[in-house]
Amino acid sequence: MTAVAPEATGSTTLQGARVGVITFPGTLDDRDAARAVRLAGGTAVPLWHADADLHEVDAVVLPGGFSYGDYLRAGAISRFAPVMGELVEAAQGGLPVLGICNGFQVLTEAHLLPGSMIKNDHRTFLCREQVLVVENAETAWTRDYNQGERITIPLKNQDGQYVADEHTLDELEGEGRVVFRYEGWNPNGSRRDIAGITNAAGNVVGLMPHPEHAVEVGFGPDGEAGPRTGTDGLRFFSSVLTTLLG
Amino acid sequence: MTSAPDTSSDVAQAATDSSHGVLPDTVAHAAATPDTALPFAELGLKPDEYERIVALLGRRPTAAELAMYSVMWSEHCSYKSSKVHLRQFGDKTTEEMRKHLLVGIGENAGVVDIGDGWAVTFKVESHNHPSFVEPYQGAATGVGGIVRDIISMGARPVAVMDQLRFGAVDHPDTARVVHGVVAGVGGYGNSLGLPNIGGELVFDSAYQGNPLVNALCVGVLRHEDIHLANASGVGNKVVLFGARTGGDGIGGASILASETFEDGVPSKRPSVQVGDPFMEKVLIECCLELYAARVVEGIQDLGAAGISCATSELASNGEGGMHVDLENVLLRDPSLTAGEILMSESQERMMAVVTPAKLEEFLAITARWDVETAVIGEVTGTGRLTIDHHGHRIVDVDPRTVAHEGPVYDRPYARPAWMDGLQADTVSGPEGAARYPRPASGQELRETLLRLVASPNLASKSWVTDQYDRFVQGNTAMAQPDDGGVIRVDEESGLGVALATDANGRYAKLDPYLGAQLALAEAYRNVATVGARPLAVTDCLNFGSPEDPDSMWQLVRAIEGLADACAELGVPVTGGNVSLYNGTGEPGTIDSSIHPTPVVGVLGVLDDVARATPSGWRVPGQAIYLLGTTRGELDGSAWADVVHNQLGGLPPRVDLANERTLAAILVNASRDGLVDAAHDLSEGGLAQGLVEACLRYGTGARVWLDELCARDEITPFEALFAVPRTEEVRFVDMCTARGVAHQRIGVTDDTTDADHHDASGAAAGPALEVQDLFTLGLDELAQAHRDTLPRLFA
Repeated sequence: MTAVAPEATGSTTLQGARVGVITFPGTLDDRDAARAVRLAGGTAVPLWHADADLHEVDAVVLPGGFSYGDYLRAGAISRFAPVMGELVEAAQGGLPVLGICNGFQVLTEAHLLPGSMIKNDHRTFLCREQVLVVENAETAWTRDYNQGERITIPLKNQDGQYVADEHTLDELEGEGRVVFRYEGWNPNGSRRDIAGITNAAGNVVGLMPHPEHAVEVGFGPDGEAGPRTGTDGLRFFSSVLTTLLG
Repeated sequence: MTSAPDTSSDVAQAATDSSHGVLPDTVAHAAATPDTALPFAELGLKPDEYERIVALLGRRPTAAELAMYSVMWSEHCSYKSSKVHLRQFGDKTTEEMRKHLLVGIGENAGVVDIGDGWAVTFKVESHNHPSFVEPYQGAATGVGGIVRDIISMGARPVAVMDQLRFGAVDHPDTARVVHGVVAGVGGYGNSLGLPNIGGELVFDSAYQGNPLVNALCVGVLRHEDIHLANASGVGNKVVLFGARTGGDGIGGASILASETFEDGVPSKRPSVQVGDPFMEKVLIECCLELYAARVVEGIQDLGAAGISCATSELASNGEGGMHVDLENVLLRDPSLTAGEILMSESQERMMAVVTPAKLEEFLAITARWDVETAVIGEVTGTGRLTIDHHGHRIVDVDPRTVAHEGPVYDRPYARPAWMDGLQADTVSGPEGAARYPRPASGQELRETLLRLVASPNLASKSWVTDQYDRFVQGNTAMAQPDDGGVIRVDEESGLGVALATDANGRYAKLDPYLGAQLALAEAYRNVATVGARPLAVTDCLNFGSPEDPDSMWQLVRAIEGLADACAELGVPVTGGNVSLYNGTGEPGTIDSSIHPTPVVGVLGVLDDVARATPSGWRVPGQAIYLLGTTRGELDGSAWADVVHNQLGGLPPRVDLANERTLAAILVNASRDGLVDAAHDLSEGGLAQGLVEACLRYGTGARVWLDELCARDEITPFEALFAVPRTEEVRFVDMCTARGVAHQRIGVTDDTTDADHHDASGAAAGPALEVQDLFTLGLDELAQAHRDTLPRLFA
């Protein structure tokens, strides 16, 4: 009931793929993440922070927000939520896990991903349509993208500056574990323009920008086809379904 | 922190404090000591108001009762100076206008039927004075307060907007207020997961020392989920849940919101509440789960006047009475006196009425959300609100006298003596042109346009709005800088709502009656511009002291103007807020108070938000139409302000019948796919409208109506169109059939014309060309437009 390796789910139909979305107190984008899973064709399963059970889901999204108000340090309290024990174990066993914004912060606090996020270098909350370069199109969450592709998804945070020691940064780059970089202006001072990273196995991905806000025409960033037509985020969720279906 | 106003009277202090072995000021004690002096004046009550309380009770009030009456009879809570005039909103609302109204004025917020079983509740409210004292917390708790109003109607909050007025950009104190307020609105709203879909940002020295921070929230619910604030059913439990009660905001309602800041008066700084958006987010989800479980009979949020307000309003709205045991209130600060507990404005608290049978389920849900909950009393059949503290009866009142039957004043008002002089100083017409020089040559027009586009009130607001989350919840179909915010309500059908707010204080200063109507007309037009049918109105009336006949006259005229215009446009006021005592000047002078600022919000409905019309054009080769007639109306304009630092004359005329027709055309044209873009023309006139429509997507335009550019100014009902050429005839037919003036004034154009050159002489990108007069590259325009606020505040 924990990790479901890709090969184990070969026969799963698209809707049979169950993607858990964790709600912590103060989580904001859980309904958005669930919608993104549905739009990609999967089944979203709500998971509750206090319930130490992943309910046999095939993948997990930790959505954005201000869990516990970010009052201590972003993600620092959520990392101790009952649901996290099984999640960490499952992630180490290969369960696809995506942390978005606050979810990324929780994953670094839980040591599933290296580094940490500090306050933006300009010290204000910033919401913008952000261009990213896909640097690794082989993770469980990015295989429907092309290496080097430019995508636009919303960015919105106060504590989005990714930091890690030089050794870790070198290692991330050396092992191809930088999944996304900011294109053009670096919106928060992140080291080496890093917007998202993965673990060595490629099943755990964390990023600051919000793919779940660019999944539906009419409600995302501006796109080629006109205002708010951008759906570049949808392929995160189709990627994981592809991964699960083998 | 200590936060009580200076109630230095030994009697009051001792009387409210039962924890130090002193006898509390009980009802019996009050009856036995009729001559004891109470500090009513320090609590903001006038001598005759105090006498009235004594008459109502048949004895002197206890200290706790005095605390309750003082906050509930404050201007902020009782509307005592505006009530007699606000009645017009109800009186002038016809049955026809009411047909979409599920809940009208008087509840926490109005509720409007938008079809398919969906309803929307919305309201705008002020938090002006606290935001000057402590900008971050003032603004944050302003957002928190209006959001709780929306939750208490049974709705899920789905968006916020903020209407901000600050002092002059070059005043040394302005940056402090701007930074605090913007961070506060963002910090709170972002943490709640509510998209901010628009608002207003105005700088004017009239707001120096008295900024305006208004916040609007809109919520969505099913018809059957409507909840009201009343306590009924004898034996039902009164439950207080959310944050603990602390010492913050005590007396805020009575003092902070009702008096001006004067030198020599003790600092009221601690009276500002402190917000915890995390708690509020949890409270939202917790309340929605309580509603879904059908375990709430009545509910009221705690805002101004805290427990005093919630208990007296719930009891007053219900059929019976209520009894409360105050020691059951969970405290953050155990040293609070009974009076302080009653007055505390600690944030993120709600009070619910729950049947005994459902109490267990209620408590299980609040426990699941880790929300602290206390049963503090129950509904009784006595018709009285009684409150005990550790067994001592400290309050025994008729709740209606506290909540709804407070003093009502018909304050004297008169047209200010300075109005004639103000209105005579016109910039319009030959007379104005002689005194206030106008740009004549193409080059001068070009420079004027650039200067206006870069002026703080017309410059891009993105430095502010980029600090707000507009994507969260995934239903934002449109947000600033488009004309209205648009939110999807039904994911299946695309049914949704558009919201726009407006107020032009300069117009309202020149004529408050017309100013209020112009605010409504523009918000109404903005909603129609995106393609939504206007349905209902909320308002926040920000004015000076009601005790100053000049300000009172402005308030009365604005209410009359707004009520008349609502009737003519057929949109009812569903609720709102009045903020008085906004001013720091000498009464009787022209600068005694802020510009009268009637913020008007209009809600419209769209059958499918996907069809909402954007404010900018993207496709070259489309025809641009100007709808409506342009008059030489320059009084109160941005041009007069920016170029001549002048305010005088008469505001633009209002033609509401024409507004109604124009709105019908805009809505139909959007529905039938006749327009690709539409943008309302208001501040800055046609020039600003063209610039914004060009910059939205970086597509230029060629415009050839030089006589319109020469008159370049505001008309009250002009809107700007980009029409696909193939649809031109149909579109023109529709305007002709409805008798709306329309004129083709240009074409959208993104060609890089070799005739256009940037500063270095290289061929420039797309441009706005006003033929025979000037050409401005979009790059240059964009820089002028976008750099101003970052340069001033970043």
